[in-house]
Amino acid sequence: MSSTRTTAPATRSSGATTPLGRMAALARAELILFTRSKGTLVAAVVVPFLLPFSVHTAAKDMNLEDAGLTIGLVMLPAAIGFSLLFAVYSTLVGVFVTRREQLVLKRLRTGELRDTEILAGSALPAVFTGLTQTLILVAACTALLDVPAPHAPHLAVAGVLLGLVLCGGLAAVTAAWTRTTESAQVTSLPLVMVSAMGSGIMVPLQLLPDRLAAGCALLPLSPVITLVRGGWTGELSAYEAQRALVIALAWAGVTVFAVRRWFRWEPRR
Amino acid sequence: MTAMGTMTEHEHVIEVTDLRRVYEGGFEAVRGITFHVKRGEVFALLGTNGAGKTSTVELLEGLAAPAGGRVRVLGHDPYATGVPPGRAKSKPWGRAAIRPRTGVMLQEGGFPSELTVAETARMWAGCVSGARPPREVLALVGLERRTDVRVKQLSGGERRRLDLALALLGDPEVLFLDEPTTGLDAEGRRDTWELVRALRDAGTTVLLTTHYLEEAESLADRLAILHEGRIAATGTPAEVTAAQPSRISFRLPEGYALGDLPPLPELGVCDHELDARVVRLRTRELQRTATELLLWARHAGVELRELDARSASLEEAFLGIAREASTARQKEHAA
Repeated sequence: MSSTRTTAPATRSSGATTPLGRMAALARAELILFTRSKGTLVAAVVVPFLLPFSVHTAAKDMNLEDAGLTIGLVMLPAAIGFSLLFAVYSTLVGVFVTRREQLVLKRLRTGELRDTEILAGSALPAVFTGLTQTLILVAACTALLDVPAPHAPHLAVAGVLLGLVLCGGLAAVTAAWTRTTESAQVTSLPLVMVSAMGSGIMVPLQLLPDRLAAGCALLPLSPVITLVRGGWTGELSAYEAQRALVIALAWAGVTVFAVRRWFRWEPRR
Repeated sequence: MTAMGTMTEHEHVIEVTDLRRVYEGGFEAVRGITFHVKRGEVFALLGTNGAGKTSTVELLEGLAAPAGGRVRVLGHDPYATGVPPGRAKSKPWGRAAIRPRTGVMLQEGGFPSELTVAETARMWAGCVSGARPPREVLALVGLERRTDVRVKQLSGGERRRLDLALALLGDPEVLFLDEPTTGLDAEGRRDTWELVRALRDAGTTVLLTTHYLEEAESLADRLAILHEGRIAATGTPAEVTAAQPSRISFRLPEGYALGDLPPLPELGVCDHELDARVVRLRTRELQRTATELLLWARHAGVELRELDARSASLEEAFLGIAREASTARQKEHAA
């Protein structure tokens, strides 16, 4: 250790940090960590490309024509849904819990980063992965499954963006009830299963009995899938689109409240 | 900044008034403590494990809200966020005003284990206003040859030094060090002490916690001894020590009993004990007691074997305070 201390060297980075700069520094570190965790990489990057095949097999037995759908219009929202669930939601539950248990979140909170910046910065690599996957899956479905260009792209875009934000928020809520990195794989299962079955990912809501479909429409990811599918078919009425937006925003509000109320920044003693 | 604000800030960088902290289960870790730290001072919170040191520091760092009392760091409430009514949004306030001017070293690391030292430092540098080059602070703590090593492969001592390096990244005005040398070997500890002294000489205000007495004694300008969430003694190391009695001990000569000594109160002795013929005296007038005792020995023509006379050390003060506090508590219980 050197005992002398130089003050204000010329090479010092100048001035105050900005929220964007701080989040970028954090996101960059998280991206490095993301690439170094093989389990996370497989679950986040590979799984969303494999699962749509299971939907493809099932979709062939569905009565799609009555609902005005094609295999492509079942597969595309399903692929996006799996990407949101695995690349974003499950990954982030693990990230938040691991960083909390490593005391990283506590350490970050001693610095200039604000709480929302810590969550957002840590979430960025996973959100970016989900977004990239979505773009690749859209391109693949369009090319391979004769999916036409979306009729109402703004609804599809709104759906994907809301899905990314909701999955990040729901991951933080789930992390609040998860004690260890290992148990994160278990605690994230309920939302993954419920969403896959009930939010129109495995089976379009149009194919469910009316009363069941009405109930399922209230699940957190249902409006997301509805907006994405509706964006492509163009068959979503203004009322239906607004309803989906309201449900999604309501879930966003609940999520923000839950995170502020229950999110833990350090391990239980 | 108002003129008054500047003045208080100049005088007391940290002000703590009747501070309390209660944990979720109802455990009261900090029970009403008051102290202040002046600019450029090294202040130590000394105490055994569980005395409330970390609980206190976390309140000063703004990591938790106090259950009662008041904290001011650089004139601001470290826990307050948002913008108070009637204040310009652009003007930093509360936590946001303090953070760019402080450096924090937690009791335990808090670094992702899969990042290298350099990557960790780089990440932190991106979150610190006016950060020094990471390489420079890593060299300051002797980690310049370990930059490509992953955090999980560092020794406990190296992790402490990485933590210290990151706390220094922003050239902080105020530095919080929670047990900075726990887990370091003797050399590492000495290096850290040297670094803290250099920082103080450069004008940095340092608040550190430690359970090492010699650390508090050799580093701190002033200290507070914490015991069960309360301040049991505070002042400069010399003041805290001076409040404690000195000790004289010797082996009672053959054929002599305790009663053969001159009456102990006349020697200025305030307390004594006899343990297997070893006499231990406690006195607040070391010179007078020692002189009288030695004159008596010459007069009686005996030799006081194993004679030992010493002023109170901080260690005795520390142990004495812990003893007094627990006796007082027992009395309270009995009453």
